[in-house]
Amino acid sequence: MPKLLKCHVGIGPKVRGTALVADDNFSARYDLDRINGVFSRPQHKLYGQSYRDVILVLNTAKGGVATAWMLHEMTSRGISPKAILLNSANTILAQGAALANLAMCDRFEHGDVTQLIATGDDVEVNPDAGEVTLYPA
Amino acid sequence: MKLSEKERSMRAGEFGPACSWAINHQIQVGRMFDAEDMVEVSQAHMMADPESLGAAGVAFMERFASQGARVAIPMITDPRGVDLSYYKPLGQSEEMANLERRFIAACMSIGIMMTDTCINYQTIMPPLRGDHVAYGDTGVVIYSNSICGARSNFEGGPSALAAGLTGRTPRYGLHLDRHRRATKRYVVSHQPNDLMEWGILGATIGRMSGSYWEVPVIEGISKAPTSDQAKHMGAAMASYGSTPLFHMVGITPECAAIEDVEGHVLEPREITQEDLHDMYQPFGAVGEKVDVVVFAAPQLSLVEMGQVAALCDGRRRHINTDLIVCTPSQVYGDAARMGFVQKIEDFGGTVLTGTCFYQQYAREIGEANGWKRLLSNSAKIVNILGGYGYLPALASMEACVASAEKGVIV
Repeated sequence: MPKLLKCHVGIGPKVRGTALVADDNFSARYDLDRINGVFSRPQHKLYGQSYRDVILVLNTAKGGVATAWMLHEMTSRGISPKAILLNSANTILAQGAALANLAMCDRFEHGDVTQLIATGDDVEVNPDAGEVTLYPA
Repeated sequence: MKLSEKERSMRAGEFGPACSWAINHQIQVGRMFDAEDMVEVSQAHMMADPESLGAAGVAFMERFASQGARVAIPMITDPRGVDLSYYKPLGQSEEMANLERRFIAACMSIGIMMTDTCINYQTIMPPLRGDHVAYGDTGVVIYSNSICGARSNFEGGPSALAAGLTGRTPRYGLHLDRHRRATKRYVVSHQPNDLMEWGILGATIGRMSGSYWEVPVIEGISKAPTSDQAKHMGAAMASYGSTPLFHMVGITPECAAIEDVEGHVLEPREITQEDLHDMYQPFGAVGEKVDVVVFAAPQLSLVEMGQVAALCDGRRRHINTDLIVCTPSQVYGDAARMGFVQKIEDFGGTVLTGTCFYQQYAREIGEANGWKRLLSNSAKIVNILGGYGYLPALASMEACVASAEKGVIV
């Protein structure tokens, strides 16, 4: 039985993919090796893992404004997540998602999204409806 | 979102395709943050280094330039990624320089002023209290909101561009009174002394508050910081916490008393010596060999250039340790005229103009020059560069110059 999570209306297209989850924050500049599509910051909980084509689930944004352009640059090369889900997006992530046409949602009604979704879950994101659906394995 | 007649015309394409893209972009972002309408802004400031832009971002700007787009308000730029007078010695490629050249040409065609600075509040035109602006660079935003009392969200490059084209931005976040009230209350018992210590305090509070939507109010600062000290504090706070605004009781303009920002009802949290030590500790590396000492992030003011020059005077860097100093062109001219640049160069240092170290393809220039252990007095830059393959360390300006001289961190 699919499980429905409600969130705030987001940005970008409806997508489906496999979740990669951590209780950690996100900056494209601080945390990523964007050439190889992996988390490169040794202190990050997803260090060494590929973010390509996953539904990335994290806590919030950190750091600077570069992520706005970087999401666009990453999607132009096809080395980007399919969607980013957060407890709380900042303005930069939202602006970057809008330019990159990348799915992004935040503010989940049922609590901490990094606890509601687990790595490996089959997830569908519908930003226009403010809905995320978890499908059983 | 409620749109004016002019905004509806922009959306309909009557102001050209770039303006139509811009207003639609702003509506999308505004919808996510429940903006009810747009607010006119007096300036825009865009972060857009070529590493962030990539070929896709440069082509995006060139398309608008070829369509004859023009900005509607004064619009300026954050530091560039390539100092076109000094990129080969850094190990930057012709491809990187060409991206930079193409982007600059597109920006100038659109009417953007290439100021290339992240300290525009010290060098170009500081905003006034209540002035709605659309600034990029987190350090610029937190200083302008907190110290100047202006009103800006973090505007990433695309959104700053959109604001420049439309002359407005969605009215959400820090454009609204309700998002400028304190949500976290911190009490400081130790007055920071130098720029590094102000940076560590900012980093500590940023990490504790930890979200764009939190507003720290700080009590216990007995003496107002200088502009450079507030600059380092804010830049570090924004870097660690994605924090766009703080208040300092009795010092910052919206907080003559803690009641002004409703901070008196919040539970106070003391910032202890242990908290500050915990922030510094991962960046302490005394006795280790240092490959490069960097003064940047934010770019140096004229006062900082004078301080670095005085420390360099009559000394010489170690043969295995480089010294890089980043300052905007608005400062460079005076720093050269006053002999500061010469003293830094006589030390063996390099002064880069209109760039900032971490925005200059930091991974590639690190690999090209064999830079691994990096030392700086900027709490912001040491936070960023770990992800670029560096081993960053933190020290005072005096200790940074002494370390460059000895080749090991003192």
